[in-house]
Formats: sequence, C-alpha cells, structure tokens
Amino acid sequence: MSEAHAHSVAFVRESALPPAPPPVTEAGVIGWMRQNLFATWANALLTIAAIYFIYLLLTATLPWILGGIWAADSLAECRDILEGRSAACFAVLAERWNQLLFGFKYPDEYYWRPGIAFILLFVAAAPVLFFDLPRKLLIFTAIYPFLAYWLIWGGTIWSPAFAALGFVAGYVIFDVYGKHNFAAGFFGGIVAALVVWWLSGYLMSAEGSTLFSGPGLIANALGAAAALVAYLLLRKNTEPIIAVGSALLLFVVWWAVIAPALMFRIALLLGIAIADGGASAITLSDIGVLEPVQSRDMGGFMLNMILGVVCVSLSLPLGIALAMGRQSSMPLIRWISVVFIEFIRGVPLITLLFVANVVLAYFLPPGTTFDLILRVIIMITMFASAYIAEVIRGGLAALPKGQYEAANSLGLDYAQAMRLIILPQALKISIPGIVNVSVGLFKDTTLVSIITMFDLVGMIRGPILASTDWNGVYWELFSFAAVLFFITCYGISQYSQWLERRLATDHR
Amino acid sequence: MKKSVFLGALTVAGLAAGAAAAGTLDDVKARGTLNCGVTTGLVGFAAPDANGVWQGFDVGVCRAVAAAVLGDANAVEFVPTTGKTRFTALASGEIDMLARNTTWTFSRDVDLKFEFIGTNYYDGQGFMVPKALGVSSAKELDGATVCIQTGTTTELNLADFFRKNNISYEPVPIETSAEGQQQYLAGACDTYTTDASGLASLRAAFEKPGDHVILPEIISKEPLGPLVRHGDNEWGDTVRWTLNALIAAEEMGITSANVTEMSAKAGDSPEVNRLLGTEGNLGEMLGLDADWATKAIMAGGNYGEIFEKNIGENTPIGLARGLNAQWTDGGLLYSPPFR
Repeated sequence: MSEAHAHSVAFVRESALPPAPPPVTEAGVIGWMRQNLFATWANALLTIAAIYFIYLLLTATLPWILGGIWAADSLAECRDILEGRSAACFAVLAERWNQLLFGFKYPDEYYWRPGIAFILLFVAAAPVLFFDLPRKLLIFTAIYPFLAYWLIWGGTIWSPAFAALGFVAGYVIFDVYGKHNFAAGFFGGIVAALVVWWLSGYLMSAEGSTLFSGPGLIANALGAAAALVAYLLLRKNTEPIIAVGSALLLFVVWWAVIAPALMFRIALLLGIAIADGGASAITLSDIGVLEPVQSRDMGGFMLNMILGVVCVSLSLPLGIALAMGRQSSMPLIRWISVVFIEFIRGVPLITLLFVANVVLAYFLPPGTTFDLILRVIIMITMFASAYIAEVIRGGLAALPKGQYEAANSLGLDYAQAMRLIILPQALKISIPGIVNVSVGLFKDTTLVSIITMFDLVGMIRGPILASTDWNGVYWELFSFAAVLFFITCYGISQYSQWLERRLATDHR
Repeated sequence: MKKSVFLGALTVAGLAAGAAAAGTLDDVKARGTLNCGVTTGLVGFAAPDANGVWQGFDVGVCRAVAAAVLGDANAVEFVPTTGKTRFTALASGEIDMLARNTTWTFSRDVDLKFEFIGTNYYDGQGFMVPKALGVSSAKELDGATVCIQTGTTTELNLADFFRKNNISYEPVPIETSAEGQQQYLAGACDTYTTDASGLASLRAAFEKPGDHVILPEIISKEPLGPLVRHGDNEWGDTVRWTLNALIAAEEMGITSANVTEMSAKAGDSPEVNRLLGTEGNLGEMLGLDADWATKAIMAGGNYGEIFEKNIGENTPIGLARGLNAQWTDGGLLYSPPFR
C-alpha cells in the first residue's frame, strides 16, 4: 500500500495508533450514569424526582426500623422506652415468633419436627424442580410426604408407612401392566393399593399387631421369605399375575395355618410365654412413635406452608387430568370436567372454605371428626386444580394441530401421545400461568383465618392483637407476615423464570 | 373394604349420636374435657398468652364450669369461633357451651334454639371522643361525624338515639375495629361508637389513652352471656348455677384465697355451707360432687376476682364494675339463692 502511494502522498502512517481511552464522560460510572440516568433533560428530571422519592421513603422508614425495640414485655413498655419517639416495637416478634411460625398450640418441645420437615422439603423438592440432579433422588421425594406427615403430626410411623406401601404396591402393578394396557395397569394399581391398605388396617388393629410380637415376627418373616422365593421361581416361566397371585396365596396360607403353630414352637424355643396373648411382647404400634399433635393445634406460617405445598402439588396432576378431560372425546368425561371446572371457578374460595368448615358440620353426624385441615386441603385443591386446568388447557390449545397428528401417525396411543409429545410442550407453555396460580394459591391460604384456623394472619388478627400486652401493634406484625410471604413468592417466581430460560428450546 | 369402613363409620356415628342424646353432662364427663367455644381473640375476654394458654374473662367462665364438672380447670378444649361460625359450632354439637361475648336477644334465644344461661357481662353501646373536643355528654354531639361499623346493631342503635334526642349526625362507615381505630385517631370522625367494653379496650391500646374519654351515656342494652343448646336442661342448669356460684361467692365473701379454709368444715352461714357443699346436697341434685362450687371458685376465684384480673380497673383495659357490680353495690348482678 505505502509503496503505491509513496510518490503522491507526503506521509503515510505505517502502524496503527494505540486506541485512546474513551472520554471521561463516556466511560465508567459517569458514562453509565450519563447513558442510563441523565441521557436527556426529561430523564434527568425523572431521575432526580425518583431519588428524592426514595430518600423520603427511606428517611421515613429506616429510623423506624433501625430504632426498633426488641426487648420489652408489652406495647406499653415499648412506648415507655421510646419516650414519644416513633419507632417499631419488634418486641412482639421476639416474644411471639414461635406462635407466628407454629401457631399457639403446637408443643414447643417439638418445634424441631416441623423444622426438620421444612428443611427436608428442599431436599425432596430439589430433584423435581432441578431435573439435572440425579434421578435416584426422586426416591426420597416419594418418601417425603409420608415422612413429613409423621414428623409434623406425630403418632406411629406405621400408618404413613403402610399408606406409602399401598402406593408402592399400586405403582408396581401399574408398572407391570400399564406398559401393555394403561387402563388395566391403572385400575389394577388402585385395587392393589386398596388391598394393602385393608391388610395394614388389620395389622394395625389390636389382634393384628400381636403378630408382630417377637415370635410372630419371625414366623411371618419366614412366610414372606417363602412367598418371595415362590414368586422368583414362578416369575421366569409364567405370567406375572400368576406369580404374584401364588406368592400372595402362599403367604396367606402360611400366615393363617403355619405361622400360628410355628409361633408356639419359636416361643417355646426362645422361652417366651405368649399365653397372655402377646400383651407383654412389643407390638407394632409401639415402634416409631412420636408424640401425636392434633390438626387443630397446627398454626402460624407452618399451616400456610402445609396448605400451600400440599395443595399446589396435588392440584397440578388433578389440573392436568381435568384439562385433558375437558378435551376428551368421551362426552361423559368431558361434561364432568366442564361442570367441575366451571362450577369451582364460579364460586369464591371463601365460600368453599365456609362449606368445609360450617356446612359439613351439619351433614356429618355429631361426634364425627373429619379432620379440618383435610377438609380445607380438599377444598383449596379443588379450587386450584380448576384454575390450573384452564391454564393447561390454554397450553394444549396453543399447540399446533400437527403435533397431535404427528403423534397419531407414529402409532402412539392416547396415553403415550400425551406423555411423550403433547404434555411436555403444553406444560412448558403453561409455566408462567401455573406459577401465577401457585403464587396466588399460596397467598390465598391466609383466607383460612376466616374459618378460625390460626395461620400466620389468623394468629396476628386473633390471639396476638387480642392479647392485653400487644393490642395495637399492627405495622410490625403485618410487615413480618409480608416479608415471609414475599420471600416465598419471590422464590417461586425466580424459579419459574429460571425454568423458562432452561427450557427455552425455540429460537426467538 | 370401602363398605366395611363406611359401616364402621356409621356405627361410630350412631354410637356418638346415642351418646349425644344421653346428655351433654354425661358426654363431658365421659370425654374428660369440656369443649368451650370462645372468640378467636378479644382483648380481656379471651386470647391465648405467650405460652398458648387461654386467658380472659369469658375463658374464666369456661374454666369454672370445667372445674365444677370435671374437677380440673385445665380440662377445657377451647374452640375458637368467629361471629359467623359460633352458632353453627354450638348447634352442631362441636362445642358444649359458648362463652363468646354474645348478646342475649329474643331471636337468638327463641328462634335459633339456644338457651342463654345468664349474663356474665352487662355491656352497652357508648361513645368515645377526644378530650380536646370538650364534650361531656352524648347529647351534645349534634352535627358530629360518627365512625360506625356497618351492618351491626350498633348502627341501628345510633340512629335511634340521635332521632330520639332530635339531633343530627353524619355517619363515617367502617368495616373493622382496627379500621375504626385508624379513622378515629386520624380525625376522620369526631366520635367512635361501639360497645363500651370494646371502646375501653380500644382506648387502652392508644398511645395516649388519657386524651380520650368515654361518654357516660350507654344507649343500648347488650347483656353478654354464655349459652347452651335448647333441650338439655340438666346441662343448662349445670352451667347456669356454676355462673351463679361465682356471683354468689363474691356476694358472700368467698374468694380463691379463703375458699379452701371455708369449705374445710361447715361454718356459721348456712347458705355458704350449702354452696360449698359442707351442708345439704345441692351438688347431688346437679349430678356433681358435693364440692363442685368450691372447685369452680378455686379455678379462678369468684366473679369479682375474674373481673379484676382480666378487665378490671387495674388492667390496661380498665373497666369499672358499673352495671356489673353486685346488686348490693348498685349493680345488676343478682344470683338466685342457693337453697
């Protein structure tokens, strides 16, 4: 180049100049401020107005918060300490934090139980929420509901354990048969679960539990082992149903005929007297017992969490089922779904809660105790699932018809098409809507304070504000509630945004 | 399996229904606890303390009944009820008695099929004004703006009172007591009206309670009392005479401090002896132990002691006895004789 112009141009620079730093006003903090805060006169004015507004807000609230009193026994004492200054009286939180979190009747020596359940909730939720984690962790997720129930409500571990066993039995049957025929697996699973629950009900009863006295346990364990061996032997060359059936039959025969005789032999061998009907032996219901806590003793933020977590997790599968039911080609299923969704959506939640609390009391015979939390969970779940069903229906409707046709052309049946092609896409579209419903539902759990359940807001409105000591403390208590709810709801919202980014496979 | 559970539930329900028919008193004894309906929280009347133990004036009645029937003042299962759920809870048998500052009115007694067993607090609607307003009687409130909860009997009472006295007012409708407090303190209305006990507890929460006065006029009758279901007179008698025992104990000078000593042996006063069970068989007539009233008084003291401890002049609520003094002191408390 330079050669070519050497004769016509006096000077040609042969090397590039080092880049000069940008002007001070365009770089660093100043540059950022010029670009973002003071780009135009209008922007500058808005910035200054906003800063002034924030300043006003902080000067009004910060001294109130930072100068708050944490140690006092009553509002009157707070006011004495403050001597006319305006500051928060956080002493109410210091004194009543346990009531705000756990309700006023949960025994304080057992606060660790819901505490552990809360921590384990994250462990259990992690593999569901973050699908990069090892799938084996899902086993703990499956155990968690029963573990949490046992921790929070207490009582014997066997009721939740047998309940879980019923689900396992149902799942095994479904796994075996569901692959060939969805309906057979589904209903077979339900029957298996019911059988297990019926059997466990007998085992939990007084006569059943003596079987688990030392000798009985050994005798029955032998029976179970024999049944297992029979199953394993038969499994190879017969239908699974015959293998399972013969194994069960063998165990029942063993348990009814052989075990009682064996029990005496073992008892003689071990020198244990079972003439007293096994009363001295350890019975099933003595093992793994936590001090039981009644449902009506639950309260505070724990109650909000229980209701929120349970109802969201239950309403999601129900909502999916309803949404698919609404699109079903079977008229009866479609009508049932439509009527359910439209009816529930047309009724305010508070009405459903009143039905759960008040009206059911008239229909149930006097003295029946149908757990109030269970009633409320059923009502809130119904309510939420109707909304989620509509959100998911939106997702289903947004899918191009070609997706359904593609699934059909591949020869997939309805269950396979839904599971493999339609739902993964429809659910992805529905995430913002589902999260919206979940956040709303979580906040709606405070409505139970109207039907005399002492959730966080109920505790504040009722017992704490009505105590002689703290009558008149509004801001501190409701701010505390707001902070707790904000943390939870903001967390849910952040998760959903992460999920949307993670699942973004299209190129927009 | 479903069927057997269902039948089992029916059997249990049938047994329970049979037991309910056998009488609330027997039910309570068999159960070992008294199910007592209270408010979800009303300052001085019922609220759990920092340890979760229910305290308050209405709670005192529940505890006295539990002590009289079961011998243990703590054998009470407190069932919190709201204004909307309280009557359902009682009618459905969820609670044995309701002690929830409930006004005794004709329709509740007759139409709703409840039995008010007496009055434990004579309340009435009053007015609170800032001292700075310089008003000393409600009749001087001509043209005032009045904060009033909508949809309550207080609203009707207010209209009646101003019409009767031929003066005018401007209502400022509010929804809740907390809202009323804010509006009143912000100066949105000259005066706030609700039950006098409510005004007193509201004022107790003010930063400067001394700047506000409750006017002497009480413009309505609000007798608050415990109630039970219609048709179980034995149980009604038990609750009624437990309340009467507390009132009579104050009249006779029996307190939680001296009740042990006085009930140890028969004294000079025949009525005290009959009440405390050292003479006669009043307890047997009720189907209770002879010392039922002694245990009721031990639970929290006599009526006056319960009053002073929870809502009396030495508490932040600071209610004077007023109408709730013994008849001998010019009040309305008048227990029928124990004879």
